[in-house]
This record gives sequence, structure tokens and C-alpha cells, in this order.
Amino acid sequence: MAISFTLNGKSQSVDVSPDMPLLWVLRDTLEMTGTKFGCGMALCGACTVHINGQATRSCITPISSVAGKKVTTIEGLSADGSHPVQKAWMEEDVPQCGYCQSGQIMSAVALLTKKPNPTDADIDDAMSGNICRCGTYQRIRKAIHRAASEMAGKAHSAA
Amino acid sequence: MATAPVVNRRDFLKRGAAGGAALIVGFHLAPRAFADQAKDQEEKTPNPFDAWVRITPDDRVTLVLGKSEMGQGVFTALPMILAEELSLDWKQVHVEQAPTNPKIYDLGTGGSGSVAGSWLPLRQAGAAAREMLIAAAAKRWEVGTDTCKAKNGFVVHGHPERSLRYGELVVDAAKLPVPNLNKVPLKNADDFTIVGRDTHRLDTALKSTGKAQFGIDSRAPGMLYAVIARCPVFEGKVASFDAGKARAVAGVRDVFEIKTSGRGASTTGGVAVLADNSWAAIQGRKALEVKWEEGAAANESSEKLRSQFLANASKPGGVLRSEGDADAVLRAASKKLEAIYELPFAAHVCMEPMNCTVHIRPDRAEAWVPSQGPQWAQAVIAEAAKLPPERVTVHTTLMGGGFGRRYQADFVMEAAEVAKISGKPVMVLWTREDDMQHDFYRPASYHRLEGALDGEGKLAAWKHFQTSTSIAAKWSQKGADDPGLGEFGTGATLPYLTPNIRIEYTLAHSSAPRAWWRSVEHSSSGFVVESFVDELARAAGQDPLEFRLKLIGEARRIPQFGEGREDYHPLDTSRLKAVLQLAAEKAGWDKPLAKGQGRGIAAFYSFLSYAAAVAEVSARSSAFKVNRIVCAVDCGRAVNPNGVRAQVESAAIYALTATVKDAITVDRGRVVQANFNDYAMIRMNEAPPIEVYLVPSTEAPTGIGEPTVPVIAPAICNAIFSATGKRVRRLPIRSEDLA
Repeated sequence: MAISFTLNGKSQSVDVSPDMPLLWVLRDTLEMTGTKFGCGMALCGACTVHINGQATRSCITPISSVAGKKVTTIEGLSADGSHPVQKAWMEEDVPQCGYCQSGQIMSAVALLTKKPNPTDADIDDAMSGNICRCGTYQRIRKAIHRAASEMAGKAHSAA
Repeated sequence: MATAPVVNRRDFLKRGAAGGAALIVGFHLAPRAFADQAKDQEEKTPNPFDAWVRITPDDRVTLVLGKSEMGQGVFTALPMILAEELSLDWKQVHVEQAPTNPKIYDLGTGGSGSVAGSWLPLRQAGAAAREMLIAAAAKRWEVGTDTCKAKNGFVVHGHPERSLRYGELVVDAAKLPVPNLNKVPLKNADDFTIVGRDTHRLDTALKSTGKAQFGIDSRAPGMLYAVIARCPVFEGKVASFDAGKARAVAGVRDVFEIKTSGRGASTTGGVAVLADNSWAAIQGRKALEVKWEEGAAANESSEKLRSQFLANASKPGGVLRSEGDADAVLRAASKKLEAIYELPFAAHVCMEPMNCTVHIRPDRAEAWVPSQGPQWAQAVIAEAAKLPPERVTVHTTLMGGGFGRRYQADFVMEAAEVAKISGKPVMVLWTREDDMQHDFYRPASYHRLEGALDGEGKLAAWKHFQTSTSIAAKWSQKGADDPGLGEFGTGATLPYLTPNIRIEYTLAHSSAPRAWWRSVEHSSSGFVVESFVDELARAAGQDPLEFRLKLIGEARRIPQFGEGREDYHPLDTSRLKAVLQLAAEKAGWDKPLAKGQGRGIAAFYSFLSYAAAVAEVSARSSAFKVNRIVCAVDCGRAVNPNGVRAQVESAAIYALTATVKDAITVDRGRVVQANFNDYAMIRMNEAPPIEVYLVPSTEAPTGIGEPTVPVIAPAICNAIFSATGKRVRRLPIRSEDLA
């Protein structure tokens, strides 16, 4: 039975087993490989996407539960890497191997949407579900602060 | 594909030759640490090259090289070296992964050797191409080559200056002979404008947009996804299986047994479940019924291994080094110390689980492999497919972490066997549980250190006994004959002055696969040596920093013990002292800390580099927190200081996880831990600030991916002692060890 949802702003329909996690629908059915497999148990955050704006671990999210919802993946964040969080990631040279970074960025964007000017404690709370084995945490923290001020600047000039 | 396109060498040369529209300089990269090995091979293989520079009329400069990018930044640091000598505009530079060629001796990517080993070859190649471009321009202008120079992608001449783009010169330059690489003039380091400058990584945009293609992202038309049910017990086998329920899972296409064996296999094989997608394959494996023949290893456990260690330690070990008479001095000493240190198995835990995609056709094979040793991968696939290696095309992909794990070819062997039977392109995907339970682990080890202090607080004798499940015993043909020197690393080349030294080793048996884990033997040696020196300092009533500086003594070069060569990258005591002093100064070693806090220091030489760390902790009975880590490193000239700092930060967090998180333990012949819930990693909320300071150096670059790992655990444990008076002698640190 086909399941329909909105993926990165476009309507999408897939005909897969309803218990198949969103992660594998994205990666194997739709061949959108930016979202990563890390643990399969929502322990590492590599598979983080947004569902209706909420950072969600796609590896334990059955596709049936996504029906009618809005899914955003790393591919949908910007067409060209111009999202302030992505730009901050580049400025701070955050990624090393880069494997966890799609998930890190999706968690960071969700954090900044809720808390445009996060404290270090806010960052700890929002980001501790995402493991980085290369240990880029300190650069992630700096990049989130950088993105926050960039976005605040934009908001200010727009106002 | 978002990564740079891969061309094979034959196409590449043809294209270059037929069009004539490119200047190509080929050369050979050989990690310096393996220079002798490479030389032997070079004599057997005339005119080898595994890297080349291609400059095309559009001014694009491409460095094609047989190195793997696993996060360590070689795809940025290596082109920087080339760009420097070739006087390029950095924006002109592109990197391509070289295809694997069985005729070229490919040493893989590891041992913190890429920048160290490629420094000179890349400079020479860049300089050769530069000289050819200058010669072509001089000829066109009919002036002397000495009146022309290379600048930012142009050859320039005279006043007012006239210039030609490199792209305009490549056709002419390609007709000139390549200068002798050993004689080509290299730039004066004072004129460097790229090397030594903080530079953004070239792959950051790909890795911030989800476009980077890792091995696990390989997709081929009609491919299947496979997971393998492996015996949980080391060396266990499939007794029988019933595929009925697995085949009934929607999407499952096939179920069959594969066998793997020989050098490099991590298991005996297992039962492969092939499906239309990864999820169906995983579900199919859950439904599969397999009976295992567990074999003798089913009796093994961490407790029994420890009993073996204790039994071994009750007898003298094989003597690896003996100078003076350490035993006699220890017997007679009025002030002596003995301590036992223990380290567990450790897993690599790359964020991208092992995977490999292979397609075997009757006459050729193609594979997408996230590998640090793609040539081995090629050989393994060729053997499985019964094809000559040159009929196997290996695409080395980006890697979601390597840390030594991806030097192995066990996962390649499995994928080749599955692909051979299936006939279709197949990805063998490991789940996190597979990855954690079928790793090649850092050996578990047990150490007894004994030291004697004389009346002046000098080190009168040093004795280090170790028993471990060595790496060499796993890999050597002779197995148990391993003398164990490889398990000590710099621990056998003690930088601390003592007239009496004795080093002993006894091999312990284990069926657990072991191999190279980030910093390898130095990860245990650094902990043991730098903890015990700290104990000796305290016993001597001296400041741990001052004690070390005194024991290191005057400036001298200590040959690496066991290398049999005086000139084999000796340890330079002045450089070791310098990192200690820099770390101490930046950390404010002499500044008092609040009650319940402490500082600890450690320094170690590995991969030809010097690293020191000062850790600051808050500790009380049963709990502690690492508040700050200050690192100082001397890795020679830092090609990309930004990249060097990133590697030090990374190594510190990697080592911190092994210091404060979980052990890999064995029960009934199987690894107990399976996922991040029971083998935890340091996370954002536990990551202390890490400060990195580089010793300015004009020496050739040396390793940086690993050398910080060995100093983190001892710095933290020494800091805990400073804060609480409790000495932690086993890793990972357990709360009961603080009580």
C-alpha cells in the first residue's frame, strides 16, 4: 500500500512495507543517501531528519508513521549548502570523516529553530544524542554559536 | 557521483598521450615509515608510480593519488604540498582518488604516514612540473629559464611583467623531458605561502550537504543488499541452517552460506541474506534459523584471560631488552616501586559500519570499497573471483572513519564471496552489532612495572613485564613465536635515563581477532610508562614535570630500540622536553587549583612525532570529570595547522572514550558489547575543551593522526591522583577505582 508524505517540499509516495524505517526508505528506496545509518537503535543520531520540524531518528521511525507529514533531510536543507548552519560548518571546518555530520547538522538546525541563541547547556542538551567518533564536538559547538549569530544578524537586518 | 571522477591509469595515460593536451608528472608515494620496504619493491617494479599531477589547458591542476581519505584530511594536506612547489593558486587544485593498480606497490593509508611519506615526493613532483612549465615559457619568449619564475599559476618574466597561464604552456611543457626528481630544485621554506597556512579542507562542502559518497552510499543498477549471520563465537562455524522463514520475509531474494578463511578473515563466514533493501535483509536475518558449531573458543572469557595473564606474570617472560642488571638493583634498592596496569580489548567503532559493494562478472569485477588498503581488497576479490587482479576495478570511496579498522579486508572477502555466488552487484552491509562484535580489537594487556630510585631520586632500574594477546601472534605465520617487541612500541625505547633496564614479554592466547587500533601498541605503552613515571616522581617526592625533564636528561638522540639501526628515526630528547614544557606552560602547570581538582601530565613519542598533554580534572570518591585538556605536539612542519589541530582534537576525544567509557569484554567466546548502549562513546555534553599548541618546526612533517592518543589516559589518571591521591591503574577508569 502506498504511503504518501512530503519530502523536502515535494509530495512523495512509496510502496513499501509499512514497518520499514524511514531511514531505509530514504537510503535504499529513494536513493537519497545523505541520511546515514549508524546504529539502528536511535543511539547515535547519524540518521536524524526533521519530521514536521522536529529532529527525529529515522532509523526507528516506521514509514507508516510518516504518512501525511513533512520530512526534511540534509538534501532539503538548502539547494547549495547555503543554510547558515552549513556555512558555519564550513567556516569552522567541522567535518573530519563527515559521516555523522548530516545528523549533526539536522539536530543543530532543529535546535536553532527552537532556540535562536542557544547557551552551551542548550547545545549539550540538543546535541548529545549525536555521536561523532572523530571528536569534532568543540568545532560543532563553535559552529552552532557562529550560525546563531549569523542568523540573528539576518533576522535583525530583515526587521 | 559527487566525489571526483575516478579514471583508470590506462585511460588516463591514453587520454594524456593522444590529446597531448596535458602535462603529466608521475611519481611514487611511499610512507616514510615503510621506506625500506618500498625501496625493495621499487627495485622489483621498474618505474612505478601511484600518484601523478595532471595540468590541463583549462588551468585545472589535478593531483591523482593512491591515498584514502577517512577524515584525517589527506585530500587537503597533500595537494597543499604540491600547490606550494608548483606555485599554484589554491583554487586551481583538485584531488582524484587513484585507481588501484596491482603492478604498483600500494602501501595503503595508515601509520600516520601519509603527509610524512608524501612530503618529499610531492615537493619533487611539483617542482618538476614547475621547472617544465618555466622551460616551456622561456623557450616561447626566447629568454633564459633563470629570468622566468612561477607565480600563482602563471610563469612570469621581465619588467613590465609578461605572463603565460600554466594552461597555455602544458602542450609545450609535456614535450620536455621530466627533470630528475632527486635533483630538481625545491623551494626555500622561507618562501612558502601555502604550506604552514591554516587552510579549509577541500571536502567540507560535500560533507556539510550530504553529498559526500561513502562506501555505504554506493549504488549500482540492480544491486542487492546483504547482511550475514556470523557465528557469535570466535572461529565458530555454521553447523546447519533453515532458510525457510528468512525467505518468507518480503523483499528477501536469496539465502546461502559463504565461507571465508585465511589471512585477513575475521570469521569463518556465515549465512548471507540478500534482499531488495537493507531493511528486508536485516529482517530476513532475524527470521533465519542457524545452528552453530561453536568450537573450542566458546570456553574463552575475559575472566579466564585475566587468569592467564596472572599465571604468565608469575613466571619470568621472554627477555626483549636487558642492559645492566635491573633485577639485582631492584632486589637491593631501598626505594622501589611495583605496579600492575591493565588494559582491555578496544573496538574501533567507525561511524560508518563496515560495508563493501562488489559485482563479479565472468571476465571482470568491480568493487566500491571504503578501504585503507585497497590493493589488498583488490587481491582478495581477484582470488575469490578467480580473476587476475588487473581485471578487478576497485573504487576506493570516502570512509566514515578508519582508525586502522579499514586496513582489514575481512568485509571485502565476505562481499566477494556473496557477489561470486549471487552474480549480481551486492552490498554486504554490517549492522552496528556486527561491527562491534566482529572487530579486530586492540589487544588486551597486563603489565607489571618495577622501578628503583637511588638516593638522589634518579632512576636506578626499570623493569617492564608485559603479557598480552599480541597483534603479531594473530598475523604471523608462526603464530606463537611472536617475541612481543611490537607490543611495546616506544615503551621499549625508554627516554628516561637509567643504567639498568629489563623488558620481558609473554604471549597470552586468545581467539579474538586483534589488529591495529588508532596508535596501536603506543596506546597501551603510553598509559603504562607515563603512569609509572608519575608514580616514581611522587615516590621521589618530586614534581612530575621536573622529574620527567631531569630523567630525560641532556639533549641527545636515542635510537628506537629493536630497529637494529642507529639512524632509524631516533627519539630526540630535546623535542620531547619541548612538548612537555609547552603543554605545562600553556596549562599553567604551576598555578594552584581548587580543592578536589588536579592536573596530570604525560608525553610520548610515536609515529615520529612528539605529543604531550596536561589534563585537568575534578574528582572525588566515585566520580570525576575532565575539565580541560591541553595538548602540545611537535610533528615537524605543520603543512595545514588547522588540520593538525583537528587531528589532535580528534585523537584526544578518541582516547578519552577509551579512558573513561567501556571495555570490550568476552564471555563464552563472544564479545559482550553490541551497540552504543553498552559500548558508549564520548558525547557533546562530556567533551571537555581541548587546546592544541604546535611547536614551530622546520623539520620534515611527521605523523599526527595518532600520536596524541597515548598521552590522554595517563594525563587523566595522573590528574586524578593529583586531585584525590588515588592511583588508577586499569582502563577504562571505573568508579570503584576512585573510592
